[in-house]
Amino acid sequence: MAILDKAELVANAAGRIVPETVNGRPQVPYMGVGKYRPLDGKASPAVRTAADYPTNGDKRVPDLESALRKCGLRNGSVVSSHHHLRDGDRVALMALEAAAKIGIKNLTWFPSASFPSQKSAITLMESGVINHIEGSMNGPLGDYCTQGKMHGMGVLRSHGGRWQAIQDGEVHIDIAVIAAPTADPFGNCDGSHGKSACGSLGFALADSIYADHVIVVTDNLVPFPCVPWQIQGNHVDYVVEVDSIGDPARIVSGTTQITRSPDRLRIAEFVARFLCDAGIMRNGFSFQAGAGGIALAFVSYLKQMMKQAGVKARFVRGGSTKYLVELLEEGLTDYILDGQTFDLDGVRSMATHPRHVATSPFTSYNYHGKGNFASMVDAVVLGATEVDANFNANVVTHSDGRLLHGIGGWQNCLAAKCTILAVPSFRDRIPVIVDDVTTLCGPGELIDVVVTERGIAINPRRQDLLDAVNGSKLPIRPLREIKEDVERICGGKPQRPVHRDRPVAIVKWVDGTVLDTVWQIP
Amino acid sequence: MTVATETHIGEAGHSGADIRSDLHVRIEPRNRGGIAIELESRVKPYYGESIRRQAEEVLEALGVRHAQISIHDEGALPFVIAARIEAAVRRAGLGEGTRVLPDRVALPESSERDRLRRSRLYVPGSEPKYFINAALHGADAIILDLEDSVHASEKDGARLLVRNALRAVDFLQCERMVRINQLPLGLEDLDEIVPESPDLILIPKVENSIPIVEATTRIAEIKADYGITRPIWLMPILESALGIENAFAIAQASEKIVALTIGLEDYTSDLGVVKTATGAESLYARQRLVNAAHAAGVQAIDSVFGDVGDMAGLRAWGLTSRALGFEGMGCVHPLQIAVIHDAFAPTMAEIERARKIVAAYNEAQQKGLGVVSLGSKMIDPPVVQRALKLMARAQAMGLVS
Repeated sequence: MAILDKAELVANAAGRIVPETVNGRPQVPYMGVGKYRPLDGKASPAVRTAADYPTNGDKRVPDLESALRKCGLRNGSVVSSHHHLRDGDRVALMALEAAAKIGIKNLTWFPSASFPSQKSAITLMESGVINHIEGSMNGPLGDYCTQGKMHGMGVLRSHGGRWQAIQDGEVHIDIAVIAAPTADPFGNCDGSHGKSACGSLGFALADSIYADHVIVVTDNLVPFPCVPWQIQGNHVDYVVEVDSIGDPARIVSGTTQITRSPDRLRIAEFVARFLCDAGIMRNGFSFQAGAGGIALAFVSYLKQMMKQAGVKARFVRGGSTKYLVELLEEGLTDYILDGQTFDLDGVRSMATHPRHVATSPFTSYNYHGKGNFASMVDAVVLGATEVDANFNANVVTHSDGRLLHGIGGWQNCLAAKCTILAVPSFRDRIPVIVDDVTTLCGPGELIDVVVTERGIAINPRRQDLLDAVNGSKLPIRPLREIKEDVERICGGKPQRPVHRDRPVAIVKWVDGTVLDTVWQIP
Repeated sequence: MTVATETHIGEAGHSGADIRSDLHVRIEPRNRGGIAIELESRVKPYYGESIRRQAEEVLEALGVRHAQISIHDEGALPFVIAARIEAAVRRAGLGEGTRVLPDRVALPESSERDRLRRSRLYVPGSEPKYFINAALHGADAIILDLEDSVHASEKDGARLLVRNALRAVDFLQCERMVRINQLPLGLEDLDEIVPESPDLILIPKVENSIPIVEATTRIAEIKADYGITRPIWLMPILESALGIENAFAIAQASEKIVALTIGLEDYTSDLGVVKTATGAESLYARQRLVNAAHAAGVQAIDSVFGDVGDMAGLRAWGLTSRALGFEGMGCVHPLQIAVIHDAFAPTMAEIERARKIVAAYNEAQQKGLGVVSLGSKMIDPPVVQRALKLMARAQAMGLVS
């Protein structure tokens, strides 16, 4: 509490008011795209010696509690977990509850994302076991944070930003707990096999390299070697075998369904036609789309157009679903470069298809590296909760300031050659195109196209795209005009939601600077 | 008048977790104490004040001075809020004879007698969530339906919603159609709807010319009262064996009729036969209707294809329908529109042939020749007429420039 109350606020380069200190740590306010140049070296984990590890490679301990004790868990430790098991994950809570049993207080929980099924973390925050969460929060945890009930401040990062924060030493992980669908006693592990198979374990890769201690928790222990190994046992301290690491039904969905909503299908079709008309869809191109209803429908429309035009992609970026897998299997793309798998077809394909490749936030997204894949993608299709007339966008909060989504790879993907937001122009009566976004997550200079059911707006900075679609039959309109339409339909501009002047979380930019603040709401 | 003598609690609309873009209004008239509004809304942080203000204005306009109102809103747009409050007030026995009309968007140009009517998208009149984006999907017409898709207990409420939608919703290029109820209830629909200048009224279950004449008279009276000069066309729906037998007489019953259409659910049930995806059981009725329509100089429009999942079946139906002489059909889902437009479009081969015939015709005209010939073949005047018509239609569909 004390930390929050003392926080000094400053305006950053985007004009957003942000705290200078967060959880006792000084922050760099956002300086603009590509402006912040850190000079320090990377984080350097302590040197280890094989003398301290069993020569037979058997790092098993009986349970998570013993493993945490052996790793030296203490009050105030930073404990990390990962969301490759998504809403089905049991391991993160298992670890936090084990910590509670040991009598530990004041942990920082550093998940790559939290999910609604982990809402009992609230009890652990109430009892002081967890001080605060650094990682995306939504549902009950999001509400807990925005209502100002969390002791420390939330820190929201993109997937690439999380790697950057670990690598740059911004977050020092004391103990990483990695849920592994398959592992061997040495700690090699992988996500493509086992009853809890989930695909890539890429989110845990940074933790395995930089954390002081690494615990692998598995429900499918195989004799050495676990092949393939995405996480190397040479980084791992202890291996714990449990009955179940997660609920398979919530790890991946059986089938991902394309939306039947005519408005959303219309948006999806516009996006596909835009790629076609703008000449982006051509032999050897690449794209990325998520697993939301519009994104799936977009892939299905684009597939038809690619077939018609006889066009093949060089690579597509996952989260993979049945629809991307079909592109690969039908020869419409050479590769799937996959960050996570959303359905059973994706898991199966990654396990069996040599050109369905697991990637990590390092290869795909890390901004403090020698480049990353995201900027090489020709077009990316993303969602958003709000966009302003200058193309600045929000993806983490609802218009009333409640935390709604994690940032995920969203911020990192803005680096693509053509960044497209596919959004309805309003939801219920709430305009999506607004005067001022509630929380700034993406600078407008990186957002090129906004596709709504009422037309397609191209950022005036992208004269090249405007020229490319000149003569297209698509309804290309200024964003301001769509915004005015929506305000007329909704009966005027919405009231500005009231928020208190107390920060409860910050939104980091991909370079670790503070882009915006999430404020306490009543 | 503050409180009418016969008042009671009035309720209208719907709310709940599964409801979107609607609201539930409950009004309890009282003798004193002014207006008290209790508001719950999923958009309260953004439009809470606006909803309250609007509720107060609507109540004042309806002459309600003292009442307890509770509103449970699910993100309804202002025209829906106004309609639901008005319905609740009327059901409470208040507000007699007053209409509270939302702001009007600019009326589109009035509709041509023989405009393209390939697709008409049915939108249930009691489901406001479907209204607002209905026109985006490119149908030639939107039908706001007051008949079969609206439960008997919701007729009054739907009528107000549809009236307000005709004022407040921009239906873009779509012809604005309303399907009223079978007369005499349909006459009450007309009283509410006609002042808002719909482009076309569908009259259901027509078996003879009487309801057409009655509706035409009522529409003319209302138009005169409101000084409306733009046309309001009629499309009778024939849904019984008797209706089909009288098709030609019905088509001639009013000069406002621009099309005849058929309702196959009711027709097949009248005959006691099963409605199939290929429609052999209704072939005679449909051909008879096409013939009657052409004899009367109006368009023949087919029924709907109800299986939204079966796009191949829809396309096959549309192709047959066009071959029989229909100019369009109904849609029950926006995804059907493109398939229908495609099915009713002339093929490229047809267009090419028509283009050659028209060119030969033009050449003959220039040379002052009475006989048009294409290659070694002589082209009869009706063939030329058909080619001209096809080219005009292809142009209207954007298939040729």
